[in-house]
Amino acid sequence: MRGIAPWRAAPVPGLGSGLGPGLDGSAATTDLPVLLPPRRAATAPFPWPTIAGIPRLAVPAWMVGLAFAIFAGSVGVAYAQTGTGRMGLWEAFTLWLPFIMDGFRLNLVISFLAMAIGTALGVLLGLMQVSRIRPLRAVAWTLTQFFRNTPWLVLLFSFMLLLPFEIVIGGRIISIPGWTKATLAFSLPIMANIAEIVRGAVQSIPPGQWESSESLAFSRRQTLWMIILPQCVKRMIPPWMNWYAILTMATPLCSILEVREMVKSTREALNALGDPPEFLAPFYSFILVVFFAYCYPIARWTISLERKYAVKN
Amino acid sequence: MLDLISDYFRALYENTGWNFVIFYEQYEWDRFVEAIRVSLELIVSSLIFSLIVGVVGAWAQGSPVRAVRAFMAGYIQFFRNTPPYVQLLFFFFVLGNLTPQTDMGGYYEPMISNFGWAVISLSFFAGAFNVEIFRAGIEAVPTATREAAESLGYTRLQSYIHIVLPLAFRISLPALNNNLVNLLKTTTQAYAIAVPEMLYTLNQVWSDNVNVEEMMIVLFIYYVGLVAILVYGMHRWEMRMRVPGYG
Repeated sequence: MRGIAPWRAAPVPGLGSGLGPGLDGSAATTDLPVLLPPRRAATAPFPWPTIAGIPRLAVPAWMVGLAFAIFAGSVGVAYAQTGTGRMGLWEAFTLWLPFIMDGFRLNLVISFLAMAIGTALGVLLGLMQVSRIRPLRAVAWTLTQFFRNTPWLVLLFSFMLLLPFEIVIGGRIISIPGWTKATLAFSLPIMANIAEIVRGAVQSIPPGQWESSESLAFSRRQTLWMIILPQCVKRMIPPWMNWYAILTMATPLCSILEVREMVKSTREALNALGDPPEFLAPFYSFILVVFFAYCYPIARWTISLERKYAVKN
Repeated sequence: MLDLISDYFRALYENTGWNFVIFYEQYEWDRFVEAIRVSLELIVSSLIFSLIVGVVGAWAQGSPVRAVRAFMAGYIQFFRNTPPYVQLLFFFFVLGNLTPQTDMGGYYEPMISNFGWAVISLSFFAGAFNVEIFRAGIEAVPTATREAAESLGYTRLQSYIHIVLPLAFRISLPALNNNLVNLLKTTTQAYAIAVPEMLYTLNQVWSDNVNVEEMMIVLFIYYVGLVAILVYGMHRWEMRMRVPGYG
């Protein structure tokens, strides 16, 4: 029955569409005007094609077509506008491609590190939110709300400008590069949102489980670590991945503060080429296409895991 | 207004060194007020246009024409899976470069200002999420209700406007709330194309007065406050729009 939404799983005899359950292709269980539960992301085909149990990350053909069409279209615009005597688009593009992709590598490094730090701190903060100690809960709640509701760019600015650019430890001067500060700044909103995920997951476990483990003489800590959290992991993975994609898409923001990631390096490349207006479209759409190629499969994978791990009532 | 608080903040600066210059100097105060105006204008117009994109998009998504549906799916996936900041730059630098310029007598003014591009880009970004949110809401409206509207002679558009949307909107409100908060926070990115909203203006203030810490505090309070107001307002709205028996 995997893959069929639970509320559609069992057709009620006699309430079908007149053709009998399943014959008309729909799996609606009732004709009564009841509110159907919202269905998420109808665009995703299901079941997800898998190869040896691993979700196949192939994107639909038209999606690839779209990405190529955008890029090729902008290249066409560029060619239409190119004057003579300038460096050709492809020549310029291939010349600067390694430099630009080097920038994208920094985007990825920042996203990995910020996600790791944010997850570690976020789990801690989330557990503080379900703590029995009232002041601890209040502190955790305040921190979570604060970092969830401030714009990322404001956090980024405050970290870039208020953290020192070098620190002295034992007489040695250690300089802190901009991207490190950006990583720390990004990890804080991630921390707050992971904390919310952890809190939500812990609270979504039926209270009967707490009660039965108490009756089996588990302590509160044992219950949390051995009974509750292992069940939470599964339902936390899809939203966690979703936040990873959001984080990755936020990393270009640090180019505003002169960190040489993909957007910054593209602008530097365009600068070095003398800022020809006809190159803007292909270069900027290349950034969009690269991020799309990275984030779209993650989004699809998230949706498929979400369905796979959906709680069956 | 400034007269009321200027003495206090001037004294605060003289006694403690905390320089909230925007609260005691006329010039900086005017800048600050203007920044509030621009940022609220940016937020409100992006909110409204993103809702329009969402409503129209959700309608188009249920279209019987395959090409329209495919176009909508492409739009949603593209805007959801690319960085909003790069979208903004793309709109401003690439499309802004292609739009015609009007002759203002001696100098040229682009047809769409940087503020206009910020609104367009942010609306399409948040709109892509709104379409999905509204679609989920529309799907939750019972088919029988739609069929009843059809049997009463409503066209697809009429039943969408008068029957489906009012119900779907109520179902969508909690998810919409989240997305609009996100949009509010994303408006700060208009900084990158020099829209004089709050972040941009306070950046100028702290460059002139070297008071980064103080202005940072103002920024944090401003945005957390705005989000709180938006969340509170949406919650009140949700309560008022509640139809007994639904959701």
